[in-house]
Amino acid sequence: MAVEYIQPEYEVVRNQERCIVCRVCERQCANQVHEYLKDSNRMVADDSKCVNCHRCVALCPTRALKIVKSPHTFKENTNWSGKAISEIYKQAESGGVLLSSMGNPENYPVYFDKMLLNASQVTNPSIDPLREPMETRVFLGAKPERIERDEKGRIIRSLPPQIQLSMPVMFSAMSYGSISYNAHESLARAAAELGILYNTGEGGLHEDLYKYGKNTIVQVASGRFGVHKDYLESGAAIEIKMGQGAKPGIGGHLPGEKVGMDISRTRMIPEGTDAISPAPHHDIYSIEDLRQLVYSLKEATGYKKPVIVKIAAVHNVAAIASGIARSGADMIAIDGFRGGTGAAPTRIRDHVGLPIELALASVDKRLRDEGIRNRVSIIAGGSIRSSADVVKAIALGADCVYIATAALVALGCHLCRSCHTGKCNWGIATQRPDLVKRLNPNIGFRRLVNLLTAWQHEIKEMMGGMGINSIEALRGNRLMLRGVGLNEKELEILGIKHAGE
Amino acid sequence: MKRVYVNEKWCLGCHLCEYYCAFASTGETDMARALKDIRINPRIRVEECEGISFAVSCRHCPEPLCVKGCITGALRKIDGIITVDRNRCIGCYTCILSCPYGAVSPSEDGAIQKCELCIKTHEGTPRCVLGCPNGAIVFEERGE
Amino acid sequence: MEYVIIGNSTAAVGAVEAIRRNDKTGKIVIISNEKYHVYSRPLISYLLLGKTDEERMKYRNDDFYSEHRCELKLGRTAQRIDVQEKRVILDDGESVSYDRLLVASGSSPVVPPIPGLEKVRNKFTFTTLDDAKSLEKALFENARVLILGAGLIGLKCAEGLSKRNVEIICVDLSTRVLSSILDDQSSEIMKQHLEDHHISFYLGRQVTGFKDNVACLDDNDEIPFDVLVLAVGVRPNVNLIKDIGGKTNRGILIDERCRTSIPDIYAAGDCCESMDISSGQIKQMALLPNAYMQGECAGMNMSGVDCIFDKAIPMNAIGLFGKHIMTAGTYTGQTYYESDGKDYKKLFYSNNRLNGFILIGNIEKAGIYTALIREKTPLDTLDFELICKTPGLMAFSRETRAEKLGGVINEYLGSPVGISCVE
Repeated sequence: MAVEYIQPEYEVVRNQERCIVCRVCERQCANQVHEYLKDSNRMVADDSKCVNCHRCVALCPTRALKIVKSPHTFKENTNWSGKAISEIYKQAESGGVLLSSMGNPENYPVYFDKMLLNASQVTNPSIDPLREPMETRVFLGAKPERIERDEKGRIIRSLPPQIQLSMPVMFSAMSYGSISYNAHESLARAAAELGILYNTGEGGLHEDLYKYGKNTIVQVASGRFGVHKDYLESGAAIEIKMGQGAKPGIGGHLPGEKVGMDISRTRMIPEGTDAISPAPHHDIYSIEDLRQLVYSLKEATGYKKPVIVKIAAVHNVAAIASGIARSGADMIAIDGFRGGTGAAPTRIRDHVGLPIELALASVDKRLRDEGIRNRVSIIAGGSIRSSADVVKAIALGADCVYIATAALVALGCHLCRSCHTGKCNWGIATQRPDLVKRLNPNIGFRRLVNLLTAWQHEIKEMMGGMGINSIEALRGNRLMLRGVGLNEKELEILGIKHAGE
Repeated sequence: MKRVYVNEKWCLGCHLCEYYCAFASTGETDMARALKDIRINPRIRVEECEGISFAVSCRHCPEPLCVKGCITGALRKIDGIITVDRNRCIGCYTCILSCPYGAVSPSEDGAIQKCELCIKTHEGTPRCVLGCPNGAIVFEERGE
Repeated sequence: MEYVIIGNSTAAVGAVEAIRRNDKTGKIVIISNEKYHVYSRPLISYLLLGKTDEERMKYRNDDFYSEHRCELKLGRTAQRIDVQEKRVILDDGESVSYDRLLVASGSSPVVPPIPGLEKVRNKFTFTTLDDAKSLEKALFENARVLILGAGLIGLKCAEGLSKRNVEIICVDLSTRVLSSILDDQSSEIMKQHLEDHHISFYLGRQVTGFKDNVACLDDNDEIPFDVLVLAVGVRPNVNLIKDIGGKTNRGILIDERCRTSIPDIYAAGDCCESMDISSGQIKQMALLPNAYMQGECAGMNMSGVDCIFDKAIPMNAIGLFGKHIMTAGTYTGQTYYESDGKDYKKLFYSNNRLNGFILIGNIEKAGIYTALIREKTPLDTLDFELICKTPGLMAFSRETRAEKLGGVINEYLGSPVGISCVE
């Protein structure tokens, strides 16, 4: 290629004064950026291969490395950004659909960052979570319309199946295949330790992990990979995946080279074959069809497991959610447009879907307006980045949130957005054995537990500040939120007042 | 007695243990200054072959053949740690001939060197353990 | 319990340390005809070389005897053992009674019966500190030192003398240097190396007589010299046991518990013969590691803890002018060989076992080979081709490695992913 249209995005800067030529950068870079020059006993780097994942930076024992954004620039303008230009070059070269990974990085509003929480002053007391009990436990599942009593006046306790969580956070669906065995094991063990749930994604459940079944949501998606009776019965809940925030309306594709022996067994497909999840479920074209699948799964598991229906946040999400609530599902998971993915067409990821904050608020309002909010629990996902996002989502009406990107970041993900290359240097989004072993679940699960333990402390602090001692009392409590810099319409959809009001 | 244990399942073959080991024996505070332009001669060594790797250092055996075979008495087991009196060691390398792990090696000055568990100098944990990025080298009590 | 140990070298130390592990109170008496604190005999050549001194030659610290509460009778010779009365009679008539006796009487240099030897001035043997001290005194600038014997003792002596500004001539009956531990080719490599360091050899020659300080060889060559070192071998000191009817051959015969044929009398170290497990033969293996381990084994059994030492093999680590040799075991069977003319490696194996090896130069991790011989490891349980090239734990199975390195043995091994290796 004589003409290089695209220049490296990053530069690897090596402080030769500090480099001791230990070659750890070279050994740890799956992209083969670093190279040892024997003659001069020096390390050099090929910037063009760098994805800025920081593996070399993190392991360099003398801190001799840093990755900087290349100052090289196109002649950009407001309309023609460097990104737009280079994407055209790429496509002019390849003729293909652009692929990316992880969540939508574009400059759309992040509503979580435009909402502020309330705190008590004088007229109602705040609570010190270090001195007084604070309840972060939540129960997910359909709740009865009203309290019913028998002839002796005793409360009838028969409830539809419920899930108990120690805090309103779960790990959302990531399949074994899109992420590594060690990542899955880390999530499963962390969920068990924390008393929450993780989600298999559409990859089936590895036989080693059945022992964490009480903390597992088993997913049934359009490819129906790895679904069988034992699988359905192994989990605490079943999720029907209709859509994903990162790529609404799009299916999934696990390339054959990632389908090794173990994945092939787990997914119940031949080794080396592409695992293609169709865009729609080919047996679901209506709420009535959905209802059939919901009840098929309930029937198969003796009505002991709650069923979750997961959808991407799209334009008429509220109406769809209403339908789902009437389909017999016990929970609705809504995935916002910032949600992550192991691979998605860039245009879809960056231009389709809705912010979770708006979707969540409108779904919660719609279900309440229709008097069916009790029929389903709402799980909100799609870029919950901190405990503050959790608290804001609960106040907007969620029962619980899903996190995935945050969990992967805790495991070492540096959001280099190169999952689709299969060469994850952190052992997360890869199936290459030498890379997978870089994620030691003994360390990984501990980091996840640490993260959510910290979040739980922070959630309690924020609740205490608001004078709330039970997270259930915060759900849909939009008075605890105020918008900043939002217009009338946004405030109306979010159902909150502007700061100062 | 806490000892260094190695689990090859988590060894990445990154060789950082070797560099942290070499650094530990310099007594310097900055690794770049300590090891710049130096060909390291660590007491822990990574064996690697076709995707398998693991680090080997002195096991501090309960029945140490190196100590029993040492012709000078330079090798001794003190508080469970096999130590070398470098002043006494004459560099005959009988210990290298005796060690079933290949954990003893010659040092630059001819005396032998081996892992002496740098726990006194490094926060109670050997430097190779602290430096291992993946928990492949641990310092634990597991009984003899 | 009264323990008596005749001898004050490696085996004796091994025994004392073992006894004190089990018996903190029993009485230990050490009898030695040498007057020194226990020292390392092999270091006498390094003493000549100036690489060590008498203080650093001590095999154990100064407080060794007091710490282990040993009663010393140094500079005294044990004359005989009274088996009936269970006592040892010393040269001055004193008798020391014992419950358990260890004979660790070592060996003595062989003085060959060569006509005219008695008239040679400045002749020395080279096994004790006193030998080294008197040899040192006899040296002078440009002296011609004739060493009889090109084995381990003779050549270490030659190296010891190398900085003394003397001319060194070595004569040996054998056509090869270090003939007891090297084969033809490796011996030739070492000979070249030694000659490069100015040692002259008369190999395959016999000294038939001395005319004062001139050695006459069997081919009528004559070598005038100033100082003579006799290094033609050592003979185990067996008389104490032989005199009382104990079984001896060239050395004292002991079993795997280091017992002699006489009750309550043990023997260890250079005075013994024992089973070489690499060849299955009973032989004299005058080697320091074996001496320690035999002494230790004897000490354990003497103090009432059943203990077996059945891992003795010939093994030698010797450095000469910066070149290191390591050998072990027996040189029989098929061979694996590599050499670039300077470094040398030969492994000997048969019947699924490693029998022995010779390494010159690259001696890294040689102990892994030694362990294969000592433990009689079946070679089909490891990657023999790999271990021949590179000694390492890599050649063993994953399970064996996990065991050796103490990695988590049970917990995670069964897990299918995260391991890039499948044996």
